[in-house]
Amino acid sequence: MRVIVCIKQVPRAQELQVDPVTQTLKRVGVPSEINPPDANALEMALRLKDHLAAEVIVLSMGPTSFDESLERAVAMGADRSILLTDRILGGSDTVPTAYALSETIQKIGGYDLLLCGEETTDASTGHVGPGIAGHLDLPQITYTSEIRIEDGKVRARRTAEDGTEWWETTMPCLCTVNFGCNKPREPTLTGKIRVERGGVVTHWSCADVGIDPKKVGLFNSPTIVAKVDTVRLPARAGRIFSGEPEETVRKLLDALIADRVIVP
Amino acid sequence: MERFDAIVVGAGPAGSAAALTLARKGFSTLLVERGRAPGVKGMFGGRVYAWPLADLLPDWAKDCPVERSVVRENLAFLTENASLTVSLDSPKLAQGRGTSFTALRAKFDAWLAKKAQDAGAMLVTGIRVDDLWREGGRVKGVSVAPNDHVAAELVVIAEGAAPTLMRKAGLRADLEPREVSVGIKETVELPPEAIQDRFGLGEKEGAAFVYAGYASMGLRGGGFLYTNKASVSLGLVVSSEDLSRKKIEVQDLQTKFRMHPAVQRLLRGGKVVEYSAHLVPELGAGMMPQLSTDGVLVAGDAAGFLINNGYTFRGVDLAMASGIAAGEAAEAARASGGMTKANLAVYEKFLRARNVLTDLERFRRAPLYMKNERLFDVYPRMLMEIAERMYTVDGSGKERLFDVVLDEASAAKVPKLKMLLDLLQGARSM
Repeated sequence: MRVIVCIKQVPRAQELQVDPVTQTLKRVGVPSEINPPDANALEMALRLKDHLAAEVIVLSMGPTSFDESLERAVAMGADRSILLTDRILGGSDTVPTAYALSETIQKIGGYDLLLCGEETTDASTGHVGPGIAGHLDLPQITYTSEIRIEDGKVRARRTAEDGTEWWETTMPCLCTVNFGCNKPREPTLTGKIRVERGGVVTHWSCADVGIDPKKVGLFNSPTIVAKVDTVRLPARAGRIFSGEPEETVRKLLDALIADRVIVP
Repeated sequence: MERFDAIVVGAGPAGSAAALTLARKGFSTLLVERGRAPGVKGMFGGRVYAWPLADLLPDWAKDCPVERSVVRENLAFLTENASLTVSLDSPKLAQGRGTSFTALRAKFDAWLAKKAQDAGAMLVTGIRVDDLWREGGRVKGVSVAPNDHVAAELVVIAEGAAPTLMRKAGLRADLEPREVSVGIKETVELPPEAIQDRFGLGEKEGAAFVYAGYASMGLRGGGFLYTNKASVSLGLVVSSEDLSRKKIEVQDLQTKFRMHPAVQRLLRGGKVVEYSAHLVPELGAGMMPQLSTDGVLVAGDAAGFLINNGYTFRGVDLAMASGIAAGEAAEAARASGGMTKANLAVYEKFLRARNVLTDLERFRRAPLYMKNERLFDVYPRMLMEIAERMYTVDGSGKERLFDVVLDEASAAKVPKLKMLLDLLQGARSM
């Protein structure tokens, strides 16, 4: 069984900074990490590998600085990584990204399951996973938190607005994975040694994959970021309640009711 | 399964010196460090005696991240508000194999680990090795997790003072309070010009201070100060037994030490930018753990290779020298047929050839002598009273020096014979 996990490298959440002039996320000189929901998708794949001897290939698209995260994925237990990297991909939004990744996945071939994080922490669109499923004409289950492979089929628990649903589909298929549904493992010594020995990340260009240059890059991306606002949080009231626990909670509840924050 | 000839645990001075030596001798070598980079978890006073570097890397001075070369040694006795300092200012201090320098671990350890990598060792960081991997009772490598073993013929334990692997290897029991001191250090930022002016140093020159007496407020131990390029390392090494017995917090001690007029004068306007604390092994040669067994060698602090004789404080040089000796022992054992306990026993010979064990044995009485509390309380005060009387001219009549000494010795309320014995014992142990 072959599982392909799509990941993105993003600025580390605690270090997110918005450039005051351009109003865009600072990406240079900021520590990076695997997009946290993608790390959950990777962990889900590695658990399948633990139990089913699946092969796990990690795929990303971006600059070669993404090697850091792709190497980490191998150190955590993935078999190998592929980075689609090409100048002409620069500025691609979710539409060309989904196209380019789906072409790359086809080139890899032989896959049974594709896993993506539900969305990225730096853009939060959640488009790419479903976009890939669309391009490849695959069944998909979004917002999953648990996956079982039974009788050659995928059964997945999907988080819905008002509860959870269990869905079943045939393979190959694509699932997007909920942020925080599991705890991604730490890299192992064996994994880090494999990375040090080299050759765990393969770089492919658009030409290697056969990606149409006229379908990618900034000019083929329909999304226009017209304006970015910084949300200013209102000042806190700063009231502190103290005393015996029961009495304190009572005081807090009364205050919240008085301020119409909650309704009794 | 990943496989190496040798795995070195800990990329401090001992581990990196061992990995460098092993790699040069043709061992495929893995160097594993628990910090995210070498040196980030390490701590020391701040000075390196360079002699093992001359053997390891004859060109070390070219790119070694030296803060300042030590050209002035100071031994200062403190009482509550006074100080008496003996200062040695000699060009010989910064020459040849006898040279020593101040350093910052994050830079120094990273540099030495890089040298090991350049020699062919593989460095892996961010992994804590906390068990040996055994099969049939024999050490076969290291183990990080149930499914994460890496095989090796030889494991060099260079994990530092906290004996995690040492205990797992059955090479020593857990530390007793009497076997460790607590080291504490503050890095105080000062402009390079201020350091040069206050300590009377050139741009690349540095000073080292050892403080006795009130530095540790009568507790067994002492203080140190080293000048870096743009900061000063100030700290204490204090008996952990005394700290718990007298219920004194080590950080209070450090603050009082920093606020002592003789110290404060040197640090005025400086900003404490870093604070660290660490265990310091005080085993002495008599209590040294087993240094080798089947498939295992022990180097550096893990082996208790530390000398504190009251005026010099050595750790990094012994660590590096023991790392080199471990590499040499591995080579000899390989030539004799393998990493067996019997073959690796040759380690001791190589340690002696570098005077590591010899120096430790020579000063083995020092830890015991240094445990004499009078040394940290009664005698410094007595010395100060004598010096104060020597230099005070106020018209109240001047005594001869000899009478002053006798008088103060009587005032100290320590029997003369005991004092004489302390003096003799001190002379022998140093």
